Amino acid sequence: MTMLKHLWLAVIAAVIAAPAMAQDAPGLDDKINQAFADFTGPFVSFIFAPFPGTSFPWIVGWLVVAATVFTLYFAFVQLRFFGHAISLVKGDYSDPNDAGEVSHFQALATALSGTVGLGNIAGVAVAVGIGGPGATFWMIVAGLLGMASKFTECTLGVKYRNEYEDGTVSGGPMYYMSKGFDELGLPGGKILAVLFSIFCILGALGGGNMFQANQAHQQIAGITGDYPGWITGVVFAIIVFLVIVGGLKSIARVTEKVVPFMGILYVAAALVIIIMNADQIGWAFGQIFAGAFTGLGVAGGMVGALIQGFRRAAFSNEAGVGSAAIAHSAVRTKEPITEGFVSLLEPFIDTVVICTMTALVIIITQQLIVDPETGNYMLNEAGNAIATVDGNSGVSLTSAAFGSAFSWFPYVLAIAVVLFAFSTMISWSYYGLKAWTYLFGEGHAKELVFKVIFCIFVVIGAAANLGPVIDFSDAAIFAMAVVNVFALYFLMKVVREELASYASRLKTGEIRKFEH
Amino acid sequence: MTTKIVIGLDGTETGEHAIAFAKDLAGRIGTCELLVVYVIEWSPFTFQTPEENALRHKRREEEIELATNRIVTPAVEALTADGYTVQGIVRHGDVAETLNAITVENGGSQIIVGRASADGFKKRLFGSSTQNLVMHADVPVTVVN
Repeated sequence: MTMLKHLWLAVIAAVIAAPAMAQDAPGLDDKINQAFADFTGPFVSFIFAPFPGTSFPWIVGWLVVAATVFTLYFAFVQLRFFGHAISLVKGDYSDPNDAGEVSHFQALATALSGTVGLGNIAGVAVAVGIGGPGATFWMIVAGLLGMASKFTECTLGVKYRNEYEDGTVSGGPMYYMSKGFDELGLPGGKILAVLFSIFCILGALGGGNMFQANQAHQQIAGITGDYPGWITGVVFAIIVFLVIVGGLKSIARVTEKVVPFMGILYVAAALVIIIMNADQIGWAFGQIFAGAFTGLGVAGGMVGALIQGFRRAAFSNEAGVGSAAIAHSAVRTKEPITEGFVSLLEPFIDTVVICTMTALVIIITQQLIVDPETGNYMLNEAGNAIATVDGNSGVSLTSAAFGSAFSWFPYVLAIAVVLFAFSTMISWSYYGLKAWTYLFGEGHAKELVFKVIFCIFVVIGAAANLGPVIDFSDAAIFAMAVVNVFALYFLMKVVREELASYASRLKTGEIRKFEH
Repeated sequence: MTTKIVIGLDGTETGEHAIAFAKDLAGRIGTCELLVVYVIEWSPFTFQTPEENALRHKRREEEIELATNRIVTPAVEALTADGYTVQGIVRHGDVAETLNAITVENGGSQIIVGRASADGFKKRLFGSSTQNLVMHADVPVTVVN
């Protein structure tokens, strides 16, 4: 309690002292930003390097090829078992004697609260703002294909997790890499696991933390007026610290309960706007399809739309990244593959449904400026994105789109963004911690070191500019996917055996629904 | 054929009243088996943090152990000492649904529970577990004051 008391005093002191300190150190945000951009530049450049002679980043190709391979290898598992996945989430196949364990629904909801968030609100606006409406088409394609990647990694996550004597579990790509490769007699599993863990820690600090803090600050500053980002960072860092170190579970519990309702409210508002403009739905889809193959004048044309669509979809639903495998491995199911089926719903809900809603609202409310003469989209002054009403981009573009229909919605969206950001941070602090303990072992002191580093990055993320933060966040998360997908290629035959066995038992009735 | 009576306990004093009533009833029926049940309120459709999920199995074991040691076992032992044939069950779930499901699974002929002790907003909105049980059970339910 004494520690909590001191922390609260620190929060109050920081908030009171913030304006004075801001005047004393006007360039602190700039300094943090520059130092961060310089430090992360080479890593970002490597991850987003284009194929020689093209502008197509190799990492986007890597993810698309992987999702396509898994889709074909498992014979469109995302379509064949879609209905079965819903039955599993409903609990139709859950044994009443196992009641009290983590349910399929809970695992799905937990994993979704880590992925649904800014990627769906800010990420889609970035994709549509740069790649045009056509980016939406490629985002949907990426979401549908990504379902197979998610299925593969989550099945393996449960199959190879560690169960400890005290009843707790640890799972995720690092465990299926080391244990799975050993089982198949393949070398290098442990090296991959270590590499993945390093990138997972960077991903947790980047996309799972800095990007969230950054966007949360932008939202708060948009309402209260501009002020230095590090102030938001310090306040956020202290709250995160209280939850992950101080064990203040009540904040996390409240967030976990409010976030799903925010998600539902967001989708409902989007639906209302779309229905209010029902006559434009056909036109909007026309723009999406036309833009997907012609670019409609956006920078980079069709390839630009494709890159943006795939990049933002991957960032949003994290299929192939490996993070969901950590979240899903807590389920104690007798059949690891059932968790794979459930997880394939994630990219569908996250990308195919929610991201598409955001994109449709931005397009339908005509935030993107069209040249009346050519019918193509006009570029902004810098020539790197589509010109928008009031020059909005990122969250502010989505906010303006929703605000054009409901003037009060930007306030709701601001609260939603802050809550989404917070819940994503809590999820990623756990993913990062699991990677950290894989590398350094479990133990209170070791875990505390990671948690403190995590909180420091909240401040850096809130203070830095969006450009370097979003580049580093993407790069770190994609780096996880490089290692994870590589391992999945070797381990996918294990999943196929599980799938064949499960499918045959489902057919014969050995696996059956329980009466509830 | 042996009659099976299910006694639903909730860890409060009203459970004692339910046990007393069941004993009286069993004495009148003759050949009778008692099933002492404690349901730990739990829903598969709540939202949890990743950390809570990771610890869930451990927590479940602890909850079952606590309910067994504190509530079910003492009741079973006391009834056995009185010469009754008794079985104890602890399970997670919605109290009314689970109590009914256990009764049906075990061929119980009736359920005896204590009057609900919960009150307040939740009860007004959703009704108490006892009310739900009385409304939806497949066998007769006796609510003891």
